Amino acid sequence: MSNYNLPDDKGHFEQYGGVFIAETLMTAVTELKDAYAKFKDDEDFIREFEQDLKHYVGRETPLYHAQNLSKKLGGAQIYLKREDLNHTGAHKINNTIGQALLAKRMGKTRIIAETGAGQHGVATATVAARLGLECVVYMGEVDVARQALNVFRMKLLGATVIPVTSGSKTLKDSLNEAMRDWVTNIDDTFYIIGTVAGPHPYPMMVRDFQSIIGKEAKAQFAVQVGGLPDALVACVGGGSNAIGLFHAFIDDASVEIYGVEAAGYGLEKGPTAHAAPLCAGNVGVLHGNRTYLMEDENGQIIEGHSISAGLDYPGVGPEHAYLKDSGRAKYVAITDKEALEAFHTLTKVEGILPALESSHAVAYGIKLAKELDKDKHIIINLSGRGDKDIHTIAQIEDIEF
Amino acid sequence: MSRIKNIFQDLRKQRQKAFIPFITAGDSGLDNTFELMQVLVENGADVIELGVPFSDPMADGPVIAKSHERAVADGVSLHDVLTLVERFRKTNDTTAIVLMGYLNPIEVFGYQAFADVASESGVDGVLVVDMPPEEAYDLKQNLDNVGIDFIFLVAPTTTDERLAFLATIASGFIYFISLKGVTGAGHLDVNLVNASLVRIRQYIDLPVGVGFGIKDSATARVVAKNVNAVIVGSSLVAFVEKYSTDKDKMLASVGALANEISNAIK
Repeated sequence: MSNYNLPDDKGHFEQYGGVFIAETLMTAVTELKDAYAKFKDDEDFIREFEQDLKHYVGRETPLYHAQNLSKKLGGAQIYLKREDLNHTGAHKINNTIGQALLAKRMGKTRIIAETGAGQHGVATATVAARLGLECVVYMGEVDVARQALNVFRMKLLGATVIPVTSGSKTLKDSLNEAMRDWVTNIDDTFYIIGTVAGPHPYPMMVRDFQSIIGKEAKAQFAVQVGGLPDALVACVGGGSNAIGLFHAFIDDASVEIYGVEAAGYGLEKGPTAHAAPLCAGNVGVLHGNRTYLMEDENGQIIEGHSISAGLDYPGVGPEHAYLKDSGRAKYVAITDKEALEAFHTLTKVEGILPALESSHAVAYGIKLAKELDKDKHIIINLSGRGDKDIHTIAQIEDIEF
Repeated sequence: MSRIKNIFQDLRKQRQKAFIPFITAGDSGLDNTFELMQVLVENGADVIELGVPFSDPMADGPVIAKSHERAVADGVSLHDVLTLVERFRKTNDTTAIVLMGYLNPIEVFGYQAFADVASESGVDGVLVVDMPPEEAYDLKQNLDNVGIDFIFLVAPTTTDERLAFLATIASGFIYFISLKGVTGAGHLDVNLVNASLVRIRQYIDLPVGVGFGIKDSATARVVAKNVNAVIVGSSLVAFVEKYSTDKDKMLASVGALANEISNAIK
C-alpha cells in the first residue's frame, strides 16, 4: 500500500514544484500533461515501455553485492544497483525511452533536449535515431569542448548538436536555449527534459519513468537478502537517478534515504565552489519550478562547481526539496577529492569504473558503511559507468595517453 | 484610479494608441537608463517597461537576453531598479512604469516587501514572465493591497478557458505576444494577431498591447489599428548595445526610433 502520492494535480510537492513558465509555453506544457495523464495507465503504452526497457535497454539491471568492498570496509554490506549496465551506460535512457514513446503517440516529429556532460544528449539521440525522429541537442559551449567524445557520439546518432553561447555556457543555459526553441516550434516539437526538474508534469513524469530502478531493487533485495535494506544512497544533481531509486521506498519508514550532492572544492568555500543547493542553497524559482537553488542575495543564479559535469546544476528536482524539508530524506555532500578516491577504490576492489557522478554516492556509501554493523545493508545507485570520465581523471592526475 | 488606467482612458478619448517602449534597467549603467527614460518620455512613451535583470531570461531572444547578461554582470539588482524608479518619479508623475522580469528576484526579495517598496517607489504595474496566473494568487494579493496593476501575457496559443481565468486576475492591460517565439523574433502575422484579439476581447475587458516582433514604424502602424498599445523592445535595446560606449549616439538613436514609432501609431 502506498500512502505517498505527491505531487498534487497542479504539480506541487507542498510549496515546491509547480508550473512557472511563460505564457507562450503554457499550452504546450498543458498538452503534455494531458497526454501523459492519458497514456501513463494505457496498457499498450506500458507494454511498449516495458518491452523496450527489457529488450533494448537490457533491464533488469543487477543488484550486485559488493563483497570485496564490504569486507574491506568492515561495516555494512554494500549492494550496487547497476544502472551503469544499461544501454548507453547510465540510467538516463529509462527516461528518454518513456518520453520518446509519448512524443510518438502525440504525433511530434522533432525532439529537442538539453545536456550537460552529454549523457542525456546521447540517450535522447539514441531513442530519436531508433524512432526516426529529428533530434536537436543544446549543449553549453564549455561542455562541448570538455565532452568532445559525447558530442561525436550524438552526431554519429544523427543528432544536431547546437553549442550554447549565452550566459555561463553550461547546462542551465542549454536548458534556457531548449525552452526558447520549444516556444518557437511548439507545433511539431517535443522537449525531452533529462532530469526531475522543469515545470509540471516533468518532475513527476521523469520520476515515474525512473522509478523502475527502486521497484527492481526492492524486489531483488527481498529475494537476495530478504526484507528491506537499511539505507539507500544516490547522487543528486537534478536528482533523477536518486528519485528513481528512492520512490519505491518512501513509505518504508525503516529505510534511511541519503541523497549526495556535489561539494566540489568544499561547501565552506562558498557557492561558486560547489553544486549543493539542498545542503547550502536557498529556495527560489528557476526553470519552471520552485525548489532549492544556488543563488545570490539578489536572486541571480550562481554557477557552481563540481568535478562531475552531471552534478553541476544550480537547481534540484522539487521532490527532493520536499523530501528534505519533510525530513524523509537526508542530503549530504561529497567533495571532488572524496569522489575521486571512491572512483579509484571501487575500480580497484570490484573492477567496476563508476561515473564521477555515481562516485559521489559510492564515497558517501563507504562513509556510511563504516559506521554501521556488518548485518546492515546499504543499496548504492551506481547510476552510470565511468568511461566517459577517463579524460577528466587523466587530466587531473597529470596522465598523458 | 491607477496611472495606467488613466493613461488608456485619456488616449481612448483622443482616439490614440499608447506607445510602450521596453529597455532593460541598468544595461550600460543605471544613469544611462535614467537618461534613456527621459528620452523615451520626450519621444512619446506613455508607459515605460523596465526589464529587471535576471541571470536566466528564458523567454527572451538573443538581443534582450544579452542585455540581461550585461546588467547582471554589472551587479544590477531588483533593489537598484526600484531606486531608479524612485529617482524617475521625482520629476515625472505622468508616465506609467511597468517592471517586467522573472520571478526569482521577487521571490528572494519577498512578495510583501517587494509590493511595499515598489509602491513607494512609484511602480504602476508588474509583469512576471514566468509566473502564469495559476501560480500568481499570493503575489496578486500583495500587489492588490498597494494598488499595483498585475499585467499578464497572452499568447496566440492561450486557450479560451485560460483567457476566462486570466480575466479574473489581470489588471492594467494585457500584453499580447504576437507570435510563437521569443522576444525580438521574426516579423509578426497581422492576421493571427487580429484573430486572437477577437478571442481576447470576448473574455477580457482591458486594453490590449501587442509586443514581440515589432521592429519598425511600418509594422507598428499596421498592428496598432486594432489594439490599444504597441510595445517595442528588442530594436531599442539593440541601440543600447550598439552604442554602449557612445552615450550621445545611444540616446539619439533610441529617441529617433521611439519618435518614429510613436508618430506612426498616434
